[in-house]
Order: sequence, then structure tokens, then C-alpha cells
Amino acid sequence: MQERMTGMVRQETESKLIARAKELLADQTVARVLGWKSGDMDYNPEPGYFNSAQELESQFVYNGFCGANLSKYMIEASKMEGRTLVFLKPCDTYSFNQLIKEHRVDREKAYIIGVGCKGKLSAEKIRQQGITGIETVSGAGMDDGCDELKITTIYGEEASCSYASAMLERCHVCKGKEHVIFDEEIGESRDTVDAERFAEVERIEAMTPEERFAFFQKELSKCIRCNACRNVCPACNCRKCVFDQDKFDTSQKANANSFEEKMFHIIRAFHVAGRCTDCGECSRVCPQGIPLHLFNRKFIKDINEFYGEFQAGADCETRGPLTDYTFGDVEPGIVAERSQSCSK
Amino acid sequence: MQIESKEEFRPKIVAFCCNWCSYAGADLAGSSRLAYPADIKIIRVPCSCRVNPLFILRAFEKGADGVIMCGCHPGDCHYTTGNFYARRRMTLLFSMLDYLGVENGRTRVEWVSAAEGAKFSATMNEFAEKIQSLGRNVRLEDIRCRKE
Amino acid sequence: MQRIGVFVCHCGSNIAATVDVKKVVEMVKQEPGVVHAEDYQYMCSEAGQSRVAAAIREHGLTGLVICSCSPRMHETTFRKCAEKAGLNPYMVEIANIREQCSWIHKDVEEATKKAVILARAAIAKVDRDAPLQQGESVVTKRALVIGGGIAGIQTALDIADAGYKVDIVEKSPSIGGRMSQLDKTFPTLDCSACILTPKMVEASAHENITIYTYSEVEKVTGFVGDFTVDIRKKARSVDMSKCTGCGVCQEKCPSKKTPNEFNRGLNTRSAIYTPFAQAIPNVPVIDREHCIKFKTGKCGVCSKVCQAGAIDYDQKDEIITEKYGAIVVATGFDMIKLDKYGEYSYQESPDVITSLELERIMNAAGPTKGHLERLSDHKPPKEMVFIQCVGSRCSDKRGKSYCSKICCMYTAKQAILIRDKYPDVNVTVFYIDVRTPGKNFDEFYRRAVEEYGVDYIKGQVGKVSQTGDGKLLVQGVDLLDQKRILKKADMVVLAAAIEPNEDARKLATMLTASMDTNDFFTEAHPKLRPVESPTAGVFLSGVAQGPKDIPETVAQAGAAAVKVIGLLAKDKLKTNPCTAKPDELLCNGCSVCANVCPYGAISYIEKEVRDHGIREVRRIASVNSALCQGCGACTVACPSGVMDLQGFSNRQIIAEVDAICK
Repeated sequence: MQERMTGMVRQETESKLIARAKELLADQTVARVLGWKSGDMDYNPEPGYFNSAQELESQFVYNGFCGANLSKYMIEASKMEGRTLVFLKPCDTYSFNQLIKEHRVDREKAYIIGVGCKGKLSAEKIRQQGITGIETVSGAGMDDGCDELKITTIYGEEASCSYASAMLERCHVCKGKEHVIFDEEIGESRDTVDAERFAEVERIEAMTPEERFAFFQKELSKCIRCNACRNVCPACNCRKCVFDQDKFDTSQKANANSFEEKMFHIIRAFHVAGRCTDCGECSRVCPQGIPLHLFNRKFIKDINEFYGEFQAGADCETRGPLTDYTFGDVEPGIVAERSQSCSK
Repeated sequence: MQIESKEEFRPKIVAFCCNWCSYAGADLAGSSRLAYPADIKIIRVPCSCRVNPLFILRAFEKGADGVIMCGCHPGDCHYTTGNFYARRRMTLLFSMLDYLGVENGRTRVEWVSAAEGAKFSATMNEFAEKIQSLGRNVRLEDIRCRKE
Repeated sequence: MQRIGVFVCHCGSNIAATVDVKKVVEMVKQEPGVVHAEDYQYMCSEAGQSRVAAAIREHGLTGLVICSCSPRMHETTFRKCAEKAGLNPYMVEIANIREQCSWIHKDVEEATKKAVILARAAIAKVDRDAPLQQGESVVTKRALVIGGGIAGIQTALDIADAGYKVDIVEKSPSIGGRMSQLDKTFPTLDCSACILTPKMVEASAHENITIYTYSEVEKVTGFVGDFTVDIRKKARSVDMSKCTGCGVCQEKCPSKKTPNEFNRGLNTRSAIYTPFAQAIPNVPVIDREHCIKFKTGKCGVCSKVCQAGAIDYDQKDEIITEKYGAIVVATGFDMIKLDKYGEYSYQESPDVITSLELERIMNAAGPTKGHLERLSDHKPPKEMVFIQCVGSRCSDKRGKSYCSKICCMYTAKQAILIRDKYPDVNVTVFYIDVRTPGKNFDEFYRRAVEEYGVDYIKGQVGKVSQTGDGKLLVQGVDLLDQKRILKKADMVVLAAAIEPNEDARKLATMLTASMDTNDFFTEAHPKLRPVESPTAGVFLSGVAQGPKDIPETVAQAGAAAVKVIGLLAKDKLKTNPCTAKPDELLCNGCSVCANVCPYGAISYIEKEVRDHGIREVRRIASVNSALCQGCGACTVACPSGVMDLQGFSNRQIIAEVDAICK
């Protein structure tokens, strides 16, 4: 492993995870471990498999920057020989449940360690505060106070910001500290909620149609159709996306025009409606910083309002709202009625 | 871009009608000679639950100015439950389009039974009028598809 | 690329008067794939069809577009025509340029333009059509008739006589229906029971008929030829195999205060009862709601007096599951409730009655043993007023917009019978219109006026009120003489509208049969298929389909029976090939499609697939094409578009959208 500057020190929780993983590997409970590997920088660990104690020792990390939701990787891991140890944060377990419901992962093939979470960080959020050229970050470990981050930059400067200010949007509206599915739990979680989940959606809803159109036009015009959102999304797990096949004559890669990204994002959000657990990975990975979760959350808000509170992945049995109905469901006309009553 | 006078604008309207109720309702409107604008073209689908949101977006992309979907009244679906699913799908889709700033009058769902020729005609007249007043769809249109 | 032929029908002048058919032909010839186009006066005629067949051979056509009337009219015709000429019948698409074009547009240029666009959409669709093969399904040779009134009985008898098994499900304790409540029937004045009872007996004795009374249809699954129906046989509390029908239990039952439904609540009955003396089966039921034994646990008189030991308080509802090839709906009607018609004082005065109540009063087995008398003081009336169209032909929300059809005739009948038996009673009828089309109907009405001196007044009654002397004051208008009328009456009879049975909608939902806004079952075609529901295998008999009198009901019942017999005579049925089909290589096996399938047609199989050189066993969706009815719910639920509907494929519909928006 290459030597590098790092602000992270192995801490107790992280060591516990490694020790437990080693045990499970050693007694052959699992054939491999799915976790986070240290990246080239403190702030970009990435998902990875570990096949040996040595690999775990040298590369495994778990800290505030380990935002990646590993549940989707279990689709592939389910096809492999033997069980896979997977670390899931509380919010990731919802995605895992949803994947069980859709028969995409095999519960028997997974050994789930529910890991604690104190809110996940985004380097982008630090940069937005004017701190650029980040070299090391400390204070993001699981056993740190997680109140303040200390940053050194390549310019030799030192800076700091509050932990909360660097948190991903999704953590401010966290679903909760409970793991909804696990074999064992390690590590403490922390309450990170300090915002209203639907506040931003409501803010947009309150705009005039012209403003809304302008807002989304501006955001979506940034889309480069890199498909990162689709690739990371645990609900976007189709073998072949409709946009990559000719069944609807919709296959196209690049955006030739403003309509296509709209079509893509509307349909993507629609296809995951009732299945999206609001894990926020889409927004986390978007290289263009498009707040893609605003699409999914709009659907979630509508579903909650129209058909009753629903949290995808809360269990593996409940029918999704789009595969269910009641006789007295609201009529589609509600959309126009609602906007009329707003404008009055 | 386009400078048009209102007189020249003739909307393109796509109506998806389920085979059992609404398409029959349209036939009844026809045999009862209950007129509605020629701008409306009907696509026959077996059930409202066959209507994929992609079809609707495709229509807008290709220059439709309004899309209406008609099906059997809830509870009367030939396939028992089709329109219940369709109702949820369309409610959510329309809400999303509205959220994106697309005029919500451009989309509509109406339940029309095989016996409601008059309702079919009245609905189509009303919808065509609404689209006429909204003018050309520019917010969802793919301008490459436009024929100048 | 298909070789497409386009055939534009003039439909006489129905299309040609508004659509420039020559222009349509000229325009569609320019469409890619179109190798032949022609127009003809009547494409559906023998000559038209042979032109189509000739063109198929001559031009080697692989797809047809017929620009004509609605596909609901002649799609089958042209599919058969194509098949005869050697083309797959599903390579035919119809552009509806009559109902949806020529008939609703006046401007020739505009209509022609639209016709061309509709033709283009059909061309685009047929270009993406694939030949489909019909499957086969077996026919269960047994019919279910829901409703045991005259409609149901007649249908069952006709089917049974043809040699097929029939089950009748009747929710009340006896078959007979409304007709059993009537006294005499128009226009012959023969006694209703005298013509109905033999039919009831015949049905119950028929070796091919099984009657389930006091039973209701609980669940219907399956499809034409192969329905599975759950019938709830409600607990009768009387063992049908033991009961001799002696009637002692009814006599001795101490609970006698239950309103008698059969007599429209004009008198009371015991808690253990048969609705009427000629009931079939002649086995009483215990009305558990009113039975002292069931309410308090103490009583048991009926059990003590029953020598046959037939009383069984522990009897439970029983669910019978049976398979049927065809289902006939004969659920009949009831009179509307009059609670919204306060102006007629129906609720207040016992002397304001409905026509059906009058039937019971005039019936020798009724509450007054057939004596015409006021229910308030049991005195014979001197002045009787009949009010027509109470809730029929109503423009407001209180009543029904339709004409109940039978009221004019039964009112004339009741008036004649009263005047005949009680010549001193004056009868006045307030009417909007007298509608008496039918064989010997108008003659009958004329007799009421001319021979029996019934006073017909054209006009509506605004109010009926009770006066201090126990009489009724009828306030109306005479529209012909343009004057207000105040009339004292001893009895007022309201010809209340009839409406479909209240359970009909629930049943329609179970059967997936469509209904109109008034809850009458819709026929597949108002003229050409009047006794069939649009739902295959479901047939209509009697008032469930629309208001009608007894002769019409019996005629329709026979017609429905013939349709059922025609179906049951087949060993196998061709199934609709427009079913869902998954792309096995792309299926995720996520189950979302199975969740929305109303027929349970989708299951999952573990199948080895080869995908880009990789062999693996995958969970994939599999559609049972015999169960799939082709609604398409699964196709939209499937996020990857793996599930497609044959005959209405994604690419076809997209192509139609594109053609229309071009």
C-alpha cells in the first residue's frame, strides 16, 4: 500500500469491524467481505471486496466519508460462491430490504453487520465553504466527537468547519438510527436530523410554474448523462435500462437537447417511485451537483399524501404504492385542483 | 423563436382510450354525431393500465400539446383493477410534470363509460379548448422534432 | 419491411360524404411500406372482402390497414377475411375513420386530413405487427344463472333442456322473483302465479338444474369457458333434506313481528318463514336477526314442534366452489326508495302506496286477502289516484333519467282490475305521457279509458297531503286544460321507478362486466349483441340489462340461453393471442408484474439462460397465456420494459404516437 498523508487514525470502532470481519473470514462463515476501501484521499473511500485478513488490515476504512450504500453490490455478490459479509449503515438496510423484496439479492448469501453512523460527509460541502485543496481531514472517525473537522490543505494551510456543515443533505433528514435488517450491530449511531425532509420540495412547490420550470431547466441542463445516478442507485437495478434498449425507441446516450434529460430523469424517478428508499446516493454521486433527490422526494411526498405514509424498504412484504390501490384513491385531477387552491 | 398568431395554432392532442369503455364511448359519440375538434386523435389501448408514462412523454416530445387518457370508471374496469393502477400512475406522473413547471392543464384523465358518448364529446371539447388556450407546448417539446 | 395494403371504405356516404377517400388513398400510397391502396364503397361487403383477398394475393401483402368504421364493429370481419386469404389475422389494423372522423367532423378538408393521420398511425402500427397464433382453452360444460326470477328460471330451463347442467343462485329463500309478487299480468290479465309456478316447479324438478336458494355469489375468477365461482350458501338453520314443508314451525313461531318482505312490509311474518306459499324449495329459513332463539338463546319452539327434526340452529354458511363455462346475470330489479319524494306523503300516510304494494293488496294471498282497502282504516276506497313517473324520466338527481317502461301498462292493468271488480271506485291517472308500444298494448290502454272509464289526466302531481278527515288531497295540474286540479282521494298509488338490484354493482365488479351510469349491465352491442356482456362468457337476461316487461324478459332469457348453449356446445375456445410476453434475457425477476396481474397469470421460473456467452440460472417471469387477458398492467409496472403486450407492443404504441404527432 502506498504511503500517504492521512488525517485518519485507526479507531476503536473501525478496529472492531476489522476484527469481526477477520473472525468471520477465518471461521468460514463468509467467503469475502464487502466494505469500504481507503481511496487516494481521506475523503474518497470507495466500495470494495476484501478476501483476506491482510487486505482488511491494510485497506479497510470506516469513517464519516464512507457514504457509499453497499447494498446494491450485493446483487452481484449474491451470485458468488459462499456468503458475503456486508456492512450496512442504518439507511442502507432499507435499500437491502427493498432488494430482497424484489428478489434481487439473496438474504441467505449475506451476513449483515449493521454499522453505526454519525452522519456522512461530502468533500464538496467542505469546498463550498471556501476550503479548497483538501489534503487531510481529521475528526471524521467513528470515535471522534464528530463536532468539528480539521482540514489541512495542499497549500499548507489549516482550516476547520463544523461536522454538520459538511454532512450530506440526506443526513440532515436522516430516516433513523435503526437497522431494519442485520445479523449483528457494531458501533454507535447519532441523531443528525436538523431539517425538514420535504422543506425543499415544498419550497419548489410554492413557486410559480414558470419559476419551477426555470429552476429545473437550470438544474437539468447541467446533466451530462454520465448515468452515475443510475449506476449507483440501488433501485435502478434493471439488467438493462429502458434507455439502453430499443423496446421504446428511447435508447440514447448523449443529450442532444433539453428534452432528453427531462425525459430520462422523470422516467427514472417514476420507475423507482415507491421503491426508492430516499438513500440519496443519486445526489451524492452526481458530478454536476444536480439535486436529483428532489425528484424522488417529490414522489415520496405525493405518495405519503395521496396513499398514506410509506417507506420503501421498511420491510420486505408490504405492497409498494404503485402495485396497490384503494377504490377511493384520489383522482389525477387533484394535481390541477391543488395548484388552483395554491394560487388563490 | 416562433412568433405565431393565435389563429394559426391548431393543437395536437393525443387521447389514449381503453378498448372496453372509453373507445366504445368515443364510438357512441361518433354514432350520435356529437362533434369534437379534429385535433384530437385517439389511440386504442386494451386498458388504461397499458398507458406507459413513456408514451405520454413521447407524445409531448414529438410535439403534442395535450395528452388525455380515458378509461372505464373506477370499479368498472374490464380487467377489474387496471384503471386503479393507471389512476395512481397518472396522478403521480401529472404531479411530477406540474412540479417541473409544465402546465397542468396539458394532461388529463377522464373516466368515460361505453354509454357516455355525450360525456366523451363534452370532455374532448373542453380539453381541446383548454389546450387551445394554453397554446403550444414548449416546455416538454423536443425542438428537433418540430416541423417549421 | 412489411408490404402493406391500405383499403379505404366509403361506407356508402357515411365516410365518403365527409372524407375525400380518393385523397386518402393518394396520400397513404406515399407512406413507406405501402405497396397498394384502394377505396371501395362497402369494404365489409362480400365484394369488398374479395377485393381485399385478391389484393393480398396479387401484391403479396403482409399487412393490412382498413380505413373504415370502428374496429369494435368489423375488426373480426377483416381478420377472418385476411385469414381466408392466407394472411395471419393479426396482421390487420383498423383506422377508425367513421365514428372517430367522418361522423363527427363537417369540414371535408379537415376530416380528410385527420383520416390520413389515423391511417398513418395504423400503418405505423401494422408495420410493427407480428403474426400471432391463437391458443386454445377448454370449455366447462356447465352454466351459472345468477338470479332466480322469471328471467333466470327461463334461461336455466332453456339451457337445461338443451342438455347442459345449470345452477341457479338466488339470494332469497325461494326462486320466483318479482313476478311471484304480481297479481295479474298485462295485457291478458292472466294470473301471474298460474303461469310462473309451473315454471318454478319445472326448474326444481329438472334433472339438469341445481338450485341454490338463500345463496349468493361470493367470488368469481377465471374467464370465458373456465370460470371458478364461490357460492355462499347461507345458513338456513333448517335441514333441507329432512324438512317436509308442513309449515307447523311457522305457525308456532312466537316471533311474528318481522316486516314481511314479500308483501313489501305491509304485514308481518314469523322469524322462521317461507316467503310465500308456493315457495320453491318449500323449506323455511330462520331469520336469525329476528329469531328469539338466536337473539336470547331461549325459545327453540320450532325445533320442538318439528316432527322431522329438521331444525338445525348450528348450521353454518357453506361455500360451494364450482366451475362454469358461462355465467348469466339475471339479477332483476327493485323499486326505488321514495325517501327523497316527501311531496307524495308516502312516508306519512299508509294510504299512499307503491304499485307493487297495490299488487300485494290485490293478491288473494296478500295482506288483505285480495280486498281492496285503505291500510289506515281498512275501509274500501271510493276515489283512487295513480301518479305516473315517480322517479322515472326525472331530470333532477333524485330520480332516474330513464323510462321504467312497464309502469304505463301495469297502471292501466291495475285501473282496469279495480274498475272491473269495484265499479263504484273512481280511478284517476296523472301521467306525463302514456307509452304503450307493444302487441295489444295500446288496445289495452284504450280499453281502460273507453271501456272502464278510467280518468287519464295529462299532468304532474305537485303534492299529496293528508287532510283532517283522513283523506288525501292531491294537487296537480292538467296540462291540456291548463288548469290546477285539487282532488280528494282515499288512496294514492305511486308508479315508482324501477332500478337494478342493489347488489348488481358488486356482482358486476366480480364479473368484470361493465355497467352503465344507472347500474344496468351494458350489452356488448346495443343492437347486434343485446344479450351478451362485453365480458366474454357473461350473458344478460331480464331487467338487469334494462327495464322490460315479462314477455320481453322471457324472450331475452331465451336468447341468452341460446348464446350460452352456443358456447357450451364448443369443446374448445380460441384464446386471445394478444397476451403479455417477457423478454427472458432482460427480466430481473423482481415480481412487480405479478403483483399487478389481476389473473395470477404470471409466475416465476428458474431458468438457465445464455446471455453474452454466460450461462446462468435466473429467476424470470413466465406468462400463462391461457390465463392472461391482455390488459397490459404488467407492461407498465415493469421498469425495464421487459414485459410487452403482443398486438399492443410498446414500439407499436410509440409508433402510433409518433405518427399522430408528426
